[in-house]
Amino acid sequence: MNDMTTFDVEKIRRDFPIFAREVHGKPLAFLDSGASAQKPQVVIDTMRRAYLETYANVHRGVHYLSQVSTELYEGARETIRAHMNAASVEEIIFTKNATESINLVANSYGWANLKPGDEIILSTLEHHSNIVPWQLIAEKTGAVVKAVPIDAHGEFMLDKYLDMLGPKTKIVAVTHISNAIGTITPVKEIIDAAHDAGAVVLIDGSQAAPHMKLDMQALDADFYVFTGHKVFGPTGIGVLYGKAEMLEALPPFLGGGDMIERVTFAKTTYAKGHSKFEAGTPPIVQAIGLGAAIDYVNAIGFEKIGAHEQALLAYATEQLQSINSLRIIGQAKHKAAIISFTLDGVHPHDIGTIVDRGGVAIRVGHHCAQPLMDHFDVAATARASMALYNNRADVDALVASVKSVQEIFG
Amino acid sequence: MMDDLRELYQEVILDHSKNPRNFRHPADANHEAHGYNPLCGDTVNVYLKMGHNGLIEDAAFEGKGCAISLASASMMTDIIKGKTETQAKEIFAGFQKLVKGEENEFDAGEDTERLMMLAGVKEFPMRVKCATLAWHAMSSAMDDKPEISTE
Repeated sequence: MNDMTTFDVEKIRRDFPIFAREVHGKPLAFLDSGASAQKPQVVIDTMRRAYLETYANVHRGVHYLSQVSTELYEGARETIRAHMNAASVEEIIFTKNATESINLVANSYGWANLKPGDEIILSTLEHHSNIVPWQLIAEKTGAVVKAVPIDAHGEFMLDKYLDMLGPKTKIVAVTHISNAIGTITPVKEIIDAAHDAGAVVLIDGSQAAPHMKLDMQALDADFYVFTGHKVFGPTGIGVLYGKAEMLEALPPFLGGGDMIERVTFAKTTYAKGHSKFEAGTPPIVQAIGLGAAIDYVNAIGFEKIGAHEQALLAYATEQLQSINSLRIIGQAKHKAAIISFTLDGVHPHDIGTIVDRGGVAIRVGHHCAQPLMDHFDVAATARASMALYNNRADVDALVASVKSVQEIFG
Repeated sequence: MMDDLRELYQEVILDHSKNPRNFRHPADANHEAHGYNPLCGDTVNVYLKMGHNGLIEDAAFEGKGCAISLASASMMTDIIKGKTETQAKEIFAGFQKLVKGEENEFDAGEDTERLMMLAGVKEFPMRVKCATLAWHAMSSAMDDKPEISTE
């Protein structure tokens, strides 16, 4: 594993087999981890071993493999509990992804608690996955969705938010870090103010989980969601943290096996804790893989990861800003290593195609955040999102490729 | 610079994208359609003035998009003006096969050479929809289907 005292990015890159390959004959500069991150060898190996050596369904039967598989699956849950500093494993629910986690809360909590005229407060920074589920439940219940504005730098406007909170506010659902422009929101203040107003809070931590240590007990959010594949784990696994007392009061979302206590045609009673929300055979190997990914990042340490990423962000910001006619969209004071930009006279899709030929992978488009694009009056941006394995050479490749875009467009 | 990029972003394409022809909304247009690519958010409105016997008397467009989609819309409106609905749809069918890389032979008469400028798109499968968005909208406008989406 990694040296515990220094952060050696080249050593970390060797943990990720994808970096051994080239793209279009160029070294791969992968700057699209905000969409999905690459996987370290240890995650691939752990999942492979789970299929090769210990695979069986969980929570069923008394045979040996089922028992080992259950231990690994539940072990991953404990890894994630510890990582999030949740009070109990009963508060950690495995889902398919962050989107499913949000839909679970919107449907379960929303359906049971929302009345006509109640308000759901989101922000302009949100990913569509933290907008649409709330719109759907608002349509069904007569509740109203409102969005906290952001300023010209892309900062969450706390004062406006405090003004919006009131007796009608039932749910506040806000991102921890903007996927499109990197803004880190003041989550602690958001949560405390929502609680003072009597609302429950869901935080979308999809972009936060790969970049920072999470602490549920300090944060005091009612619900916190993230997805596995952005934090170097596999696809098909997401996490919903819910405070124990919240989960107890929540009706089930999906019905099926594993989430019941006793089934009769007259009346079915449900399992307690996380089991109530994990109907059917869960993504067993994906959960085990996510556990390995979380162990991997924690062995390196988020303090070092954060410092490395912030240094890289500063370097990339400086380098990109030196390019004529390049405009960085979103310049919040506290940002994760995500840079969205536009080039005068060149559409982001043309930027994306041209830099790709230089081996540089970036995301171009609206980033599933169209209200945010509207705020900045752009249809799309180019976005470079960095992770622990990126180095200065990746940034240099991006800058050189952006310059070649300008060469082509003259 | 890679050859296929040069092939894609030829001078003519860049010229059309920077100075799109027929970029306007004619007051006498009698057919129109809105094309939308939800993947990138690009939009195009195609306006046609259809005369007797399916003759396209005027063709124009407005919209936001990448160099490929703007150039394609610009060239298309130039090309279909003065042609019949059937001719325009035949050119579209051939053009679609060309940019998808399904066929290398392409014959659109006097317009062949101009449209071949966009043939470079076939090396970039993710960009085929950019090149065909305006054409889909044109075809929908003729069929009186006011909205098309590439997804």
